[in-house]
Amino acid sequence: MLAYLARRLLQSVLVLLGVSVIVFGLLHLTGDPTRLLLPLEAREEDVRQLRALLGLDDPLWLQYVRFLSHAVHADFGLSFKHQVPALGLILSTLPATLELTAAGLALALLVAVPVGILAALRRNSLLDAVCSVGVLVGQAMPVYWLGLLLIMVFAVGLGWFPAAGRDGLRSLVLPATALGAFSMARLARLARSGMLEVLAQDYVRTARSAGVRAFVVTYKYALKNAAIPLVTVIGLEFGILLGGAVITETIFAWPGVGRLAVDAIFSRDYPLVQAIVAVLATLFVVINLAVDLLYTYLDPRIVYVRRAR
Amino acid sequence: MTDAATLATALPVRSRARRRVSFRAVFGITVLLAMGGAALLAPQLAPWDPARQMLLKRLRPPAWEARGLREHPLGTDHLGRDILSRILYGGRISLAVSLSSVALAATLGVTLGLCAGFFGGRADAIIMRVVDVFLAIPYILLAMGVVFALGPSLLNVILVMGATRWVQFARIVRADVLSIREREFVVGARARGNRALRLLVRHVLPNALTPIIVVATLELAFMIIYESALSFLGLGVQPPTPTWGWMLADGRNYIATAWWLATFPGLAIMLTVLAVNLLGDWLRDRLDPRLTV
Repeated sequence: MLAYLARRLLQSVLVLLGVSVIVFGLLHLTGDPTRLLLPLEAREEDVRQLRALLGLDDPLWLQYVRFLSHAVHADFGLSFKHQVPALGLILSTLPATLELTAAGLALALLVAVPVGILAALRRNSLLDAVCSVGVLVGQAMPVYWLGLLLIMVFAVGLGWFPAAGRDGLRSLVLPATALGAFSMARLARLARSGMLEVLAQDYVRTARSAGVRAFVVTYKYALKNAAIPLVTVIGLEFGILLGGAVITETIFAWPGVGRLAVDAIFSRDYPLVQAIVAVLATLFVVINLAVDLLYTYLDPRIVYVRRAR
Repeated sequence: MTDAATLATALPVRSRARRRVSFRAVFGITVLLAMGGAALLAPQLAPWDPARQMLLKRLRPPAWEARGLREHPLGTDHLGRDILSRILYGGRISLAVSLSSVALAATLGVTLGLCAGFFGGRADAIIMRVVDVFLAIPYILLAMGVVFALGPSLLNVILVMGATRWVQFARIVRADVLSIREREFVVGARARGNRALRLLVRHVLPNALTPIIVVATLELAFMIIYESALSFLGLGVQPPTPTWGWMLADGRNYIATAWWLATFPGLAIMLTVLAVNLLGDWLRDRLDPRLTV
């Protein structure tokens, strides 16, 4: 177990190093940022001075090492546009994004798990059919379109919820629904197939034939085991939701990291873009590490399976 | 004669089981053919030039509504452009870009997955860590950053979409190759002194094709959504070329007054994605039920 933990930690560090290379490369793709920083009428000499000041004349590897050592100390430099530390900006918008993502995921789980399980228990019933259609439609609906439709119907048409902004629980409903719909569909499908698989297992049949009550078989034996694949995908799902939050936040004018990122990209605020990508990737790696460890705890067989591969 | 008789009685049972038409396949293929045909034949089918602005007929609702015009079945947008024609033309870009980027992602991913699975050891470790890196980075932000930096041309959009979505292919191919390379025919071919490249192309790759096809179909659905998301955010293929994502972005400003602007292009995206997904599901169940993608 300890060896596994050490190996996973080392892997995570390597992944974050890789992320730093890509994030660093992103800035260099754009060429010289000095022109963006200085006013149009800046003299050639000023440009040269700023280049030297920013260390852009140094060899690339040295710039990367400098970038990395700053990043390790959680320093991503000043945002070009706002002239404050990029990390501070992110940390001030991160709670809004986490709130939206968590609400989306919670909503998805709350709907998907019971629906998926019921669909599996009543296989080929009307409920199962409705569930399958819902899953298909949910997976085919782009988040930006669903968001617009929700605004059209529930904000403009019925006036039940606000169309934009972050102001209390009511304003969370529409964006969380738009964001969570795709995950809801995926998770419902997974819950259904997981449950079907477990229900076909020998121990379930044995328990049934031994006269254990159906309720106990379903909720005590089957459900616990069907939950394991769900736990693993939640980490990945969280990453997908963080990506989806970029678009959801744009549509609903939700003041989170996603909107900050879109804004930063369009104003060529590359330190801020770098910092956002780095922070979100780190978040993703940490959450997946936690999920993996939780998973091995839930199902001790996993470590050996992974080693065997 | 007896043989023929047994055959005759035996056949119907088997063929009935085989010929049972799958709703998913029929629906998926029909919608896809219709969408693909509409996109290919857009110049012949579209009633109007998709870029033609008719300012006197701005924001007209679909034909069946009170202010609708018969010559614009799905209405007009804020510049008086015909929505139906724009959807038809938009499909060309959406489908062409998505297909090309799936092809690119598959080429990248399959090559890397083959190498990782076949050579193992250090190559495997490095490639799989790169896969992890790409999984960790929010691809939509990466794509937006790169497209914005390089300029949103058709080629750049395809390159970026392909380069950020090869991971699925690499993972599935690697897993498959790990088991294929131990099979007798590969071991035998190796023992006969075939070189690695020949082994890979002649013996390993053909046996890994099934999951590749399935993943490619499901990824196509994803790419359609991905492409219109980039367009929606203003970083797709640039106007005046109509794309579904752009039309949605345009319609966003009119959701309070003109619902048809955002509804129809979204419907086009959803139908296409739904059809591709159904086809992918069906292919997976049919070809390789073990796959869990």
